Amino acid sequence: MTSPINLHAVKAIYLFELARTWRTLFQSIAAPVISTSLYFIVFGAAIGGRFTAVDGVTYGAFLVPGLVMMSVLTESVSNASFGIYMPRYSGTIYEVLSAPISAFETVVGYVGAAATKSIILGVLILLTARLFVDYSIQHPFWMAAFLVLTSVTFSLLGFILGIWADGWEKLQIVPILIITPLAFLGGSFYSISMLPPLWQKITLFNPVVYLVSGFRWSFYGQADVPVGISLAMTALFLALCLTAVWWIFRTGYRLKA
Amino acid sequence: MQPIIQVRGLEKTYATGFQALKGVDLDIRRGEIFALLGPNGAGKTTLISIICGIVRATGGSVTVDGHDIVRDWRAARSLIGLVPQELTTEAFESVWATVSFSRGLFGKPPDPAHIEKVLKDLSLWNKKDSKVMALSGGMKRRVMIAKALSHEPRILFLDEPTAGVDVELRRGMWEMIGRLRDSGVTIILTTHYIEEAEEMADSIGVISDGRIVLVEDKAALMRKLGKRLLTLQLQNPLESIPAELAGYPLALSGDGRELVYSFDTQEEHTGIAGLLRKLGDHGIDFTNLHTEESSLEEIFVSLVKERA
Repeated sequence: MTSPINLHAVKAIYLFELARTWRTLFQSIAAPVISTSLYFIVFGAAIGGRFTAVDGVTYGAFLVPGLVMMSVLTESVSNASFGIYMPRYSGTIYEVLSAPISAFETVVGYVGAAATKSIILGVLILLTARLFVDYSIQHPFWMAAFLVLTSVTFSLLGFILGIWADGWEKLQIVPILIITPLAFLGGSFYSISMLPPLWQKITLFNPVVYLVSGFRWSFYGQADVPVGISLAMTALFLALCLTAVWWIFRTGYRLKA
Repeated sequence: MQPIIQVRGLEKTYATGFQALKGVDLDIRRGEIFALLGPNGAGKTTLISIICGIVRATGGSVTVDGHDIVRDWRAARSLIGLVPQELTTEAFESVWATVSFSRGLFGKPPDPAHIEKVLKDLSLWNKKDSKVMALSGGMKRRVMIAKALSHEPRILFLDEPTAGVDVELRRGMWEMIGRLRDSGVTIILTTHYIEEAEEMADSIGVISDGRIVLVEDKAALMRKLGKRLLTLQLQNPLESIPAELAGYPLALSGDGRELVYSFDTQEEHTGIAGLLRKLGDHGIDFTNLHTEESSLEEIFVSLVKERA
């Protein structure tokens, strides 16, 4: 008889998507690790030496959580969006749509794989950072929690983007025009207390600020915004993404005629 | 016995306002090969897509082996394998990986022995480690069939299965479809090749402009709509049909060397005997004669024309 949950399907999608990662190992893992290393060399070692410590943390160490967050969220978006856009583009999505698999299971498969990839990437960047700077993690549990939460949330956002996009151009333009600027202006490279007062206010509309701030708190116990608010905002963003995904499957938006 | 697929009052209007299905009723019997014929844009693919869960119906209902496709979608869908018309494949995957993926997607535990059997049946075994994009069009088509068969469906939909497949392969595919039917799988295929339907189908449905125009046993259909032609090769050519024979539906061809008489096989009196007597009375001798049936293609064209 048919079981209430199609675990085989979730597993099939999940492993299929992860297999894609291994096939494109350089592009999906090596490239972000290399580019993050470049940030460490340029900002941490070369320029960072001239900066004073931020709130008692050396600039190099201050950068670590910000850079991890930045890579994780941009890679989450691009992985997840590509993962679902590709079958839509090639037409193979027919199989997922005709399979005995629920919306929830589909999302767990695709988003789970993208998030897993981002978490692996985040850990790799953390390990790479060790080669350049010394850092400590005061709250490992919360560090892991923020890493997972961010990976899942932004993979969901990527999934939504991959469903919404009706061309390669749109798929590229959102990360370039929205995600990257938000990430850069989200306090990856600076503490928002360094900004002029007006910009400090404006920057609070940037969701990335809360992620970076919360993540940095888990390292050094200091944050731009209280960690509770960071957590709440991340959860809120997650809820928004889940609602959008729920709506997509309910209406069949861009999936079913 | 309850039909394996039951379609009632099915309607589909696309967002563009185009009404693809205008109330389709259709029963498909368990274990048969059902050929759905119809001109382009008649609604064949829309009908299949709704049954398989890819397109949402605007109205009406479908049950698959008693399972409503909306309320009981999981049970309905796990019975169905679909081979769509478009060649869409996971280009970068190996044949083995893409076929195994399909099996998982349909909720079946891995079974390498079954996948091996499917690939061998479709002559894809020696390509199992090749990337799909490296295969020819005909092989890609077979990969799609392998994907659909990977999860042991009870019902197989083939939307234009042999488009772009060469003659020899087409034969092989027909044989495979025949074997599947023998193993109890119900097969629904759409095709442009009437010979395909004529060769394989048990039942034939004709869809035109979003409506099912007719569903019939193939043999019965051929009997019912089949006209036979009697061709007589004349000893001496005629310039025109003699006035005495004006009552018969006759035509001259082949420079007056052939006399063609059309009759309906269903009628009790075909009129052949009378015609031959009259020919003898008028001294029109013939050297040879033969009869032929109209093909399904002719039947089909006349059906669709009639409605247009």
